[in-house]
Amino acid sequence: MSARELAERLRRRFGDLISEPAEFRGEITVTLADAERVAEVCDFARTELGFDLLLDLTSVDRYGEEPRWELVYELYGLGHHQHLRLKTRVSEDKSELPTVTGVWRTADWHEREVYDMMGIRFRGHPDLRRILMWEGYPYFPLRKDFPLAGRASAVPGVAFSEPAPLEGGPFVTAPGGRDAIEREPRARTAEE
Amino acid sequence: MRLRPPPAAPNLPVPLRRHRRPVHMSQTRIIGYDSRIEGDVVITRLEAALNWFRKNSLWPMPMGLACCAIELMAAGASRFDISRFGSEVMRFSPRQSDVMIVAGTVTYKMALVVRRLYEQMAEPKWVIAMGACASTGGMYRSYAVLQGVDRILPVDLYVAGCPPRPEALLDALLKLQAKVQREPVLKTLKQPGPAAPPAVPPAPRPEVLQPA
Repeated sequence: MSARELAERLRRRFGDLISEPAEFRGEITVTLADAERVAEVCDFARTELGFDLLLDLTSVDRYGEEPRWELVYELYGLGHHQHLRLKTRVSEDKSELPTVTGVWRTADWHEREVYDMMGIRFRGHPDLRRILMWEGYPYFPLRKDFPLAGRASAVPGVAFSEPAPLEGGPFVTAPGGRDAIEREPRARTAEE
Repeated sequence: MRLRPPPAAPNLPVPLRRHRRPVHMSQTRIIGYDSRIEGDVVITRLEAALNWFRKNSLWPMPMGLACCAIELMAAGASRFDISRFGSEVMRFSPRQSDVMIVAGTVTYKMALVVRRLYEQMAEPKWVIAMGACASTGGMYRSYAVLQGVDRILPVDLYVAGCPPRPEALLDALLKLQAKVQREPVLKTLKQPGPAAPPAVPPAPRPEVLQPA
């Protein structure tokens, strides 16, 4: 059974909730209209359609659009070797949707990463803590409006962070500009 | 440069003294302990002896955090052989280590652990920042990376390179040995070593977006 047929079965079950399967370079993507029903759709995809492996769960910051967050679920079936991508959108005001940890246990850390980097909460998650940044860090650094250099933060006894000196961006070298000694904020010459 | 002739050794048996020739430029003068001349007694300063003991068995705490750790491992292996300098005993327990070799990118999250491990090390202790990342943050100019481990630890030596060759690390170790040899160990015997930079100023715990 091809991925398109599986997507059509999903569509027959959930009707207008699932969009027309879109194909791009041999990969099938469907969009879920209501993020509140993502767990239900995923459960059906796993139990009835054989998508027993969640390859990845990521989020995209569609900054300037509404709804702002886009969540991407990459499903795979080890039995039928078909791949299906499921997308759904969540507004910034809400920033919350049901967890799929009840469907695939592996979603646990993926959802923690999405929460850590974007600040999207997963209702019903067993242990929604930060996973990459430390506990108590006040920002969500993968949002588009967060500067790469970071922002200053300090938590007593836990950690601090300062904006990194970027000089116009990482890996930027311009001919004729200031030399490395002037550019580098921590450089010392031998005389000093 | 002219070498002065060695002072006459009054207690030597006569034949031995007779065979000693005056020292010329072309000759190599042996400097060091010579049991034929000095017998079983070595006279030195206590401080020099203590430092000599210390510097020749600096046990590293391998704080391997990134690719620099691979070069650190190479320095420990047979080709470069850090044991030639008495530092082959890599202790993964901070309690038994003398020198922390911070090898790699220190993220802010790991910075807490690095600092804690340093504080658990017994005095006297030293720190080598190995490579660009540990020294300055390196190419990681981002929100997640500490811009130089010297913001949380008192660093003795910085090793340039990305990653540095094992020879560079061995050179740093020799420089550290030279530094240890110069230390006024008796003056600071009962005193703590260089203080770590002051802890982060207290700030109110920021609002964290909590799960519902």
